[in-house]
Amino acid sequence: MLFALTGIVLFAGGIAGMILQSHLLRKIMAFNIFGSGAFLVLVGLGQRDGQIDPVPQAMVLTGIVVSVAATALALALARRLLNLTGEMRFPREGPDD
Amino acid sequence: MIDPLAWLILLPLTWAAIAFLLGPTRGGRIAQAGIALQLVLALWIATEVAGGSSRQHAAGGWRAPLGIELLADGLSAIMLLLAQAVALPLALYARAYFTDHPAGIRHFWPLAGFLLAAMNALFLSADVFNLYVTLELVGLAAVGLVASDSTAKSVAAALRYLFATLVGSGAYLLGVALLYGTYGTVSLSELAPLVEDAAPYATLLAAGLMVAGLMLKTALFPFHFWLPPAHGGAPSPVSALLSALVIKASFYLVVRLWLGLLMPVAPPAAAQLVGMLGTAAIVWGSVMALRQPRLKMLIAYSTVAQIGYLFLFFPLATHTAPDAAQSALQGAAMQAVSHGLAKAAMFGAAGVVILSTGHDQVARLGGITSRLPLTVFTLALSGVTLMGLPPSGGFIAKWLLIDGAISSGQWWWVIAMIAGGLLTAAYVFKILRHAFLEKEQSATFRRLPRMLEWPAFALALASLAIGLRASDLLRVLGAP
Repeated sequence: MLFALTGIVLFAGGIAGMILQSHLLRKIMAFNIFGSGAFLVLVGLGQRDGQIDPVPQAMVLTGIVVSVAATALALALARRLLNLTGEMRFPREGPDD
Repeated sequence: MIDPLAWLILLPLTWAAIAFLLGPTRGGRIAQAGIALQLVLALWIATEVAGGSSRQHAAGGWRAPLGIELLADGLSAIMLLLAQAVALPLALYARAYFTDHPAGIRHFWPLAGFLLAAMNALFLSADVFNLYVTLELVGLAAVGLVASDSTAKSVAAALRYLFATLVGSGAYLLGVALLYGTYGTVSLSELAPLVEDAAPYATLLAAGLMVAGLMLKTALFPFHFWLPPAHGGAPSPVSALLSALVIKASFYLVVRLWLGLLMPVAPPAAAQLVGMLGTAAIVWGSVMALRQPRLKMLIAYSTVAQIGYLFLFFPLATHTAPDAAQSALQGAAMQAVSHGLAKAAMFGAAGVVILSTGHDQVARLGGITSRLPLTVFTLALSGVTLMGLPPSGGFIAKWLLIDGAISSGQWWWVIAMIAGGLLTAAYVFKILRHAFLEKEQSATFRRLPRMLEWPAFALALASLAIGLRASDLLRVLGAP
C-alpha cells in the first residue's frame, strides 16, 4: 500500500509540474515523474499478502520502454525547437498568418 | 493459413520499414500497395463479422494474461474499415502532394505506416494494458508526423501535442493500474462481469482517470487547445490523417470502455456532463471556425466542433432504454465514419488550394471555382456531410442521434444538434461564398496533377454515399 500511495503522490506532483513548469526540460522530467508514479501504483498494488505477482512487473517493463521512447522523442523535439528559436520554452502565440 | 487480424498489424509495420530503407519515391509505391492489401483484409474481417462470427487471435500462440489476444467485433471491424478506407485515397493523394511540395516527405511513409499499424492494433486489442501501449504508439507516430516539416511552428505544435497526449495516456495508465490492483486482471472480457454497481472508490477513480485522459487525447472541449495548431499547421496529408483517424482512435477506446466496462459504475450526472462538454465543443468549435482567416485553421476548428457530436453518445446511451442506447451507438459510429471521410476530403482539398494558389486565406479564395472546380465541389460535398443534409452519412448519423435523444426523453440534445447543424452551415457557406466570387484574388494558379484532386473528391463522394449504404455498415456494427 505504501508503494501505491507514494505512486499517487508522484503522479499528482508530476502532472502539476507538467502544467506549471514552462521550461521544456522540466516538463519532460515531470512526465517521467508521473509515469514512474503510475508504474509504482501498478507494482505496489500487484503484491497481495506478500506474494509478488509477475504480470504487473512485465507490464511495467513494457511501460518503461514506451516512456523511454516518448522521452527520447520529446528531447529531440525540444532540441530542434532550441535550434530554431533559441529558447527552451514554447514560443509565444503569435498572430496567425 | 493467413490470419487477417495479425496481418493488419504486420503489413503496415513491414511496409513502413521497407519505405524507410528505400526512400520516399519507391517507398511510396510499396506503401500504396500495402494499404490496398490492408483494405482487402479489413473488408474480409467486416464480412466475417457481419456473418455473425467475431474473430480472435492469440499472438504467437501465447494466451492471456502474458500473451496478447487480438479480437475483432462489430465496432472494431467498422473502425478498421474506416482507417484503411481513408488511408488508401490519402496515400495516392500524399504521393502527388509530396512530389510537388517535398518539405516533410522524408519520414512521411515510415511514420504513416507505424501510425496505421498502431491504430489497427488498438482497434484489435482486447485488454486494457495492451490498449495503453497501442494508444502511446498512435500518439508518438502522430507527433512525429506533425513535426515532419520541422519549422519552428510545427515543432512547437508537435511538442504541445506530445505533452497533451502523454498526460492523457498517463492518466489512462494510472486507471489501468488501479483496475488491476482492484480486480487482478486487465482483460476486458474478464473485467466486465467484475465491475458492478457497488464498486470500490478505486474503480470510480480509475474510471474518471481513464475517461478524462481519453477526452484529453480526443480533444473534447475544453481539452481541445492542442488540436488546431497541430492539425492546422501540419502538411495537408498529415492533417487529413490526424483529423480523420487519430482522434477517432481514442474516441473508439472511450466508447469501448464505457460500453464494456464502466457503464454500471458511471453516475448519470457524469454522462450528462460529458454531453454538455460535447455541446460546448459544438458551439465553441463552430464559432471559432467562423472567425478563422485561414482555411486549414477553419477546418481544424470544425473538427473540434464535430468531436462534440461524438460525445453526445454518452448521455443517450447511459442508463436509457436499450433501443435508445442502440441508436445512440449507431449514430456515434456513423458520425465517426462520415466525419472521417469528409474531413479527410476537406483537408485534401485545402492542400490542393494551397499548392495551387500558394496561400489558404479564406478571404482570398475568389476565382478558384473556375480554376479548381473539382476541388470546390469536394469542399461543398464534404460540407454537406458535416452539416448533416440528406442523403449524406452525416445526415444518418444525426438522425440516429436525434432518434436516440427523443426515445430516451432527452429533447435538449436535439436543440444542440440542430443548432450545431446551422452553425456548421455558416462556416461551410463562408468558404463557398468566397470561393464563388468571380474576381481572381490570387496572383498565380498553378496547374496540378490529377492524382491530387481526385482522391480528395473520392473521399467526399464516399462520405455522401455512405449514407445510402448505411444499413450495411450498421449490420456490421450490430453483429456480436
